[in-house]
Amino acid sequence: MEAIKIRFNFLFRSTKGLVLVAIALISLETIFFGMLSGPMAEMGIRDFWIRSMGMVLLAAEREGRIIMLYHTIAMAVVSIEVYFITNIVPMSKDRQAMINGLVTVGYITSMIFGMWFAYFGHNYVFHGLFIFGQSLLFFGGVLLAITLWPWQKKYHVTNPEYAHTRGGVDLERAAFFTMAVATLGSVLYGAIPGSMFGNGFESFLAEDVVRLPHKTPLELAIIGHLHIMLTLIAIAIMLIIGRWLDFKGKGHKIAMPLTILGTVIITLGVWAVVPFEPIAHKIINGGSIFILAASFFLIAYTWRQQVQRGLAEKGITQAHFGQKVRALLHDPLPFGATWQMLYMNFVVTAIGVYMAINLDEIFRVWTAREERITLTGHWHILAGIIATIILLYYGDLVGLKGKVRQWFGWVIIIASDVAFTAATIFSIKRLFVSETAQQPITNWTMLLTDIGLFLVLLVLGILMVWRLIDLFKKNGRWTKELKETSLDNPKKEVLQ
Amino acid sequence: MKRLIIFLILLSVAAAGCTSVSAGAPPVPVFDTGADPDSWATVPAGTFLQGEHNHEAEIAADYEMMVTAVTNAQFAAYLNEALTEGTLTLSEAGVMGYYPGDEFHGHEHEREIPAGDWLHFPLNEPDSRLTFDGQTFSVIPGYEDHPATMVTWFGAQGYCEWGDGRLPTDLEWEKAARSEDGRPYPWGDDIEPANANFYKSGDPFEGSPNEVGNTTPVGFYNGQIYDGFQTLDSPSPYGLYDMAGNVWQWTGDVYPDTHLRTLRGGGKMDYGYDLRVWKFNSAEPDFYSPSIGFRCARDS
Repeated sequence: MEAIKIRFNFLFRSTKGLVLVAIALISLETIFFGMLSGPMAEMGIRDFWIRSMGMVLLAAEREGRIIMLYHTIAMAVVSIEVYFITNIVPMSKDRQAMINGLVTVGYITSMIFGMWFAYFGHNYVFHGLFIFGQSLLFFGGVLLAITLWPWQKKYHVTNPEYAHTRGGVDLERAAFFTMAVATLGSVLYGAIPGSMFGNGFESFLAEDVVRLPHKTPLELAIIGHLHIMLTLIAIAIMLIIGRWLDFKGKGHKIAMPLTILGTVIITLGVWAVVPFEPIAHKIINGGSIFILAASFFLIAYTWRQQVQRGLAEKGITQAHFGQKVRALLHDPLPFGATWQMLYMNFVVTAIGVYMAINLDEIFRVWTAREERITLTGHWHILAGIIATIILLYYGDLVGLKGKVRQWFGWVIIIASDVAFTAATIFSIKRLFVSETAQQPITNWTMLLTDIGLFLVLLVLGILMVWRLIDLFKKNGRWTKELKETSLDNPKKEVLQ
Repeated sequence: MKRLIIFLILLSVAAAGCTSVSAGAPPVPVFDTGADPDSWATVPAGTFLQGEHNHEAEIAADYEMMVTAVTNAQFAAYLNEALTEGTLTLSEAGVMGYYPGDEFHGHEHEREIPAGDWLHFPLNEPDSRLTFDGQTFSVIPGYEDHPATMVTWFGAQGYCEWGDGRLPTDLEWEKAARSEDGRPYPWGDDIEPANANFYKSGDPFEGSPNEVGNTTPVGFYNGQIYDGFQTLDSPSPYGLYDMAGNVWQWTGDVYPDTHLRTLRGGGKMDYGYDLRVWKFNSAEPDFYSPSIGFRCARDS
């Protein structure tokens, strides 16, 4: 009994355990419901899976099921980010425990009962629990925002290396706070119309209504919600990575105000979609420039640090270009996390901008189905990139070292980028191939996407199996991680 | 690590080197489905459950719809006759016909469709199932009973009006596909590869893995066995065939303030869920595709 209790404590009361549980549950959910995807249907696995699992899938409810599935995965991802934040941003242990407890019970309740409701017949108690779980997560978020309140004197910063106001307010904490408040508002922005659609069972996928010239305010709110939530999740991981890598100096002082400003502008822009749709995009694009600029400062800082560390490890004082590149690449985890942020601009931002510029001339000339492929590819890739950044950070958090660290990092970076590149080419293939001639390009881009994602999942699977085996060991790695109670190691310099 | 990179590069190159589809029409199996492309079915007036969320909608009067999509043979005959009559003209781009234009409101993303000659059917397109010798349109042998594709919305409307009909409205199309009971597919609740021609559904026209799949003859999914491929009889409740899959079908509706045209039914390149009767697609009225066809409606 004691053995179970102590393991329970590790899994549900330590940051590393909580992240491990969330990643494991997302992986299981992805595998389980991935069996229903298009490629699985082609292979005949989908029908077998539905029958053998006893799923009840009505054709008219597909959109609703998918929306619930996305939400349960997103809840778990948001929870992981909350665990990271409560671990790296100074706060009291009590508050950390309360926030983590709320979001953990929230996302697990939401995931289990939401999926039960969506795929195994409609028990409305389960639907209620799905909503209840999300509500817990929301209240966890409220508590997080209160906790992050940047004007608390005990969290003021005097160290000149970090961005702060003259009065000492920590601008990084303020950026976290802004992101948290923006997220809470954006949750409501989607939840209120969502509850209307949910009660009326009139769910829809945004990509299916993109061409409707006159959308209802509720439809606009839902479309705004999904965009801003993914954006805020991306901003959160950028801030988390910044703190992980001890982002500081001039870049930090510029990046933090940019992040705060960008978060506010983008969020207000998205909220403005309902009343002022014609100008909302311009506001959003303006805010995005601030966030992208902030991310470039983080990338520049990290890469400079990596080069310096890499050269120092080798004892090189006067390095030529090749040595600097090797030094930059010496540790794939911090390099990878920031590289993925940069790479995102090629496979997400550039495509989005190109599409916006050529919408009427190219994309709207095609059928809506082709436009939908580009749109869904766009946001799936962004979500995938965020997931890889989380994994790279988690790899460092659990202390991967030596060759394991190298393999873990490089396989995730290379395999995922191969997959994202292939998926990007797939999503815009009609720019350079006719409808009839597209099948070969479809085949090889799908193959490369599948291979890339398989390799990422394989590495993740190995990590999960290793952690599972470790859990059965009496003095496994988990015991050390449990002892490292999360807030024993706050960033001292920030608290000076 | 180097080996992995080299492997991935080689794999990409190898995959990219796969042969592309030849531009010409591939040899096509020929089956007699027994369908009569000249037949029409009556759809009664009244209320029905429309859209994914089953909102009640009403159609005021009985109307008729073609039992199958317009075939290549029918469309070629129309082009030849209309060109002879002078209703249609030839240009470098293809067959042109007059359209009186849409009202223009200057809305964002709205395209102006002024009165004038618009493309009905393109010439010299490798995906076309019709050939043109400078005088006459002919159907590539084997494709006579396949749905006419590569026809613009203007061409589809022109064909229907030539036969004293019209394109069905969006509502008329949906009621003809699903009747009154809110079913998601014309034949019932679920879809199987034997019901309709959709992506990787395995019909005898699908071709090699490097091909996008081909159209099936109209009325193909009628319960017959074709070269070992067992189909299920899959008409709509009013007896219309291919109301899901094979080719998307133009309808007469104009998207307000964009001037896109609505497409219904799903096609040979779509997954089964896109064949649900309420799913809609859209394109510009002068767009044409090997996955788009049409059928006509007329007042009873």
